[in-house]
Amino acid sequence: MLEVKNLTFKVNENGVERSIVKDISFSMENGEMLVITGPNGGGKSTLAKVLMGIEKADAGQILLDGADISDFDIDHRAKAGIGFAFQQPPRFKGMTVDRLLGLAAGEHLPEQEACRMLSAVGLCAKEYLKREIDGTLSGGEMKRLEIATVLAKPHKLCIFDEPEAGIDLWSFSMLIQQFERIHRKKDQMLMLISHQERIIRMADRIMVIDDGKIKHIGPREEILPALLTDEPSCTCMDREQ
Amino acid sequence: MAELLDQITEQVLRQIDSSAGFKQEGAFNLRQNGISLCHGNTEHIKIKKKEDKQGIDVYIDGDTKGEEVHIPVVVSASGMVDIVYNDFYIADGADVTIVAGCGIHNSGCNESRHDGIHAFHVGKGANVRYEEKHYGEGEGTGARVLNPVTKIYMEDDAVFTLDTVQIKGVDSTVRETEVTMGAGAKLYVVEKLMTHDSQTAESNMAVYMQGEDSSAQIISRSVAKGQSTQIFHPRAIGEAKCHAHIQCDSIIMDEARVRSIPEIDARHLDAAIIHEAAIGRINNEQLIKLRTFGMTEEEAENVIVEAFLN
Repeated sequence: MLEVKNLTFKVNENGVERSIVKDISFSMENGEMLVITGPNGGGKSTLAKVLMGIEKADAGQILLDGADISDFDIDHRAKAGIGFAFQQPPRFKGMTVDRLLGLAAGEHLPEQEACRMLSAVGLCAKEYLKREIDGTLSGGEMKRLEIATVLAKPHKLCIFDEPEAGIDLWSFSMLIQQFERIHRKKDQMLMLISHQERIIRMADRIMVIDDGKIKHIGPREEILPALLTDEPSCTCMDREQ
Repeated sequence: MAELLDQITEQVLRQIDSSAGFKQEGAFNLRQNGISLCHGNTEHIKIKKKEDKQGIDVYIDGDTKGEEVHIPVVVSASGMVDIVYNDFYIADGADVTIVAGCGIHNSGCNESRHDGIHAFHVGKGANVRYEEKHYGEGEGTGARVLNPVTKIYMEDDAVFTLDTVQIKGVDSTVRETEVTMGAGAKLYVVEKLMTHDSQTAESNMAVYMQGEDSSAQIISRSVAKGQSTQIFHPRAIGEAKCHAHIQCDSIIMDEARVRSIPEIDARHLDAAIIHEAAIGRINNEQLIKLRTFGMTEEEAENVIVEAFLN
């Protein structure tokens, strides 16, 4: 279970303090899928980074299965059971795909296992294993590999920041199936930041964040109809892939 | 009968020749502290000791297909200066891999130095892969110095892959490389280097593309740690219709200094030569990504450096 209490994150811009995440509180049950959506610049990605420890909260508390991880740094949060897929994953000169997957899994992976992980995100497996993670991989390939690194081992909480961005329709369908498969097992909490209607429709609950605050949070059936109307807070959402 | 090797030599050979240990099989020549300790020939590869100076001549005939020649050098005597001249004559159409590591174990307070001066005469259509690993170790305060000079003469349609790695522990190195290329010849260079503490490394390379349709790809990757300094000066000189690409990437850490000076020199209207050079610290996004796998910052740094020099 994830409990987030009064989380606040501020930045200092030219001597002026500005709140990006404003006193946010919510919780997630084990096995739940929460989709966070809302206007660009509303604080969704920053909230995710604060949860992973990439950004340090100015106030608030984060509990994972009852343990206070608020003061944990990134690697300790990872060891506590949080996985994170970046919106724009970094490239690594000299690093091969199978090496990165092995590092993500925390062990050397047999070729067949690495292939299976790549296939799950729509990468045609074996030919990719020895590819270098540099400029020769396309943005879409990088994104799918990024998702595979999070799926490489089980976590208590998996955070995906806009997993759909840059992915073609065919791979996107495979990705949706993969998320559904994980969700059906109900053994990991899935937090997806997304503007994509197909992803939003998978959610158990939807959270709408705007201007650093939770504008709405509730079951999909309750929140989705409002999102699909012309409600002002949701007009920026992309309803098409 | 195989020569018995001492523990230090075995240990250094595992670093510079093969992690499984050096094998006295096939074509080989092991030089230790200025003496050729043992050597072997094969049907297609003959190694002869020079009579006028230190070194060997290696003759690789045209029927050589996929064979390896191992010519490691170990210097374990503190204060030793070992200068050796090795010449390789590779016949037309041969296909060979030459492994020529050099390791210095210095447990004393005097400088130990090895200058390997190599010349490769590569026949028409021959395919040569040359691997050179440099390594230093030892608890002594004496410097470990390696100054290789490599000259490569490529005839038409020859292919030469030069793969050099300076692993660690070399206090000072000045590397001089010169290549001349005939028509249709192809050169691939991968140079990997790591310096630490107060080490210095300088690499100067000149590639003369004299034959039509010759091409060269030069990739240099380095990591400079501590107070070490590195200078790279690769030059691609196009004297005919040719193509070349130079790429120098360096990671700089701590208080190190890296100078990268790629030079492209076109002397023909159809010479197409490109260079790229980048020096920067370890990318913070890479560090964060690896830390989300549960690695500490130090572990993540080591993985990034190891992969970069892989």
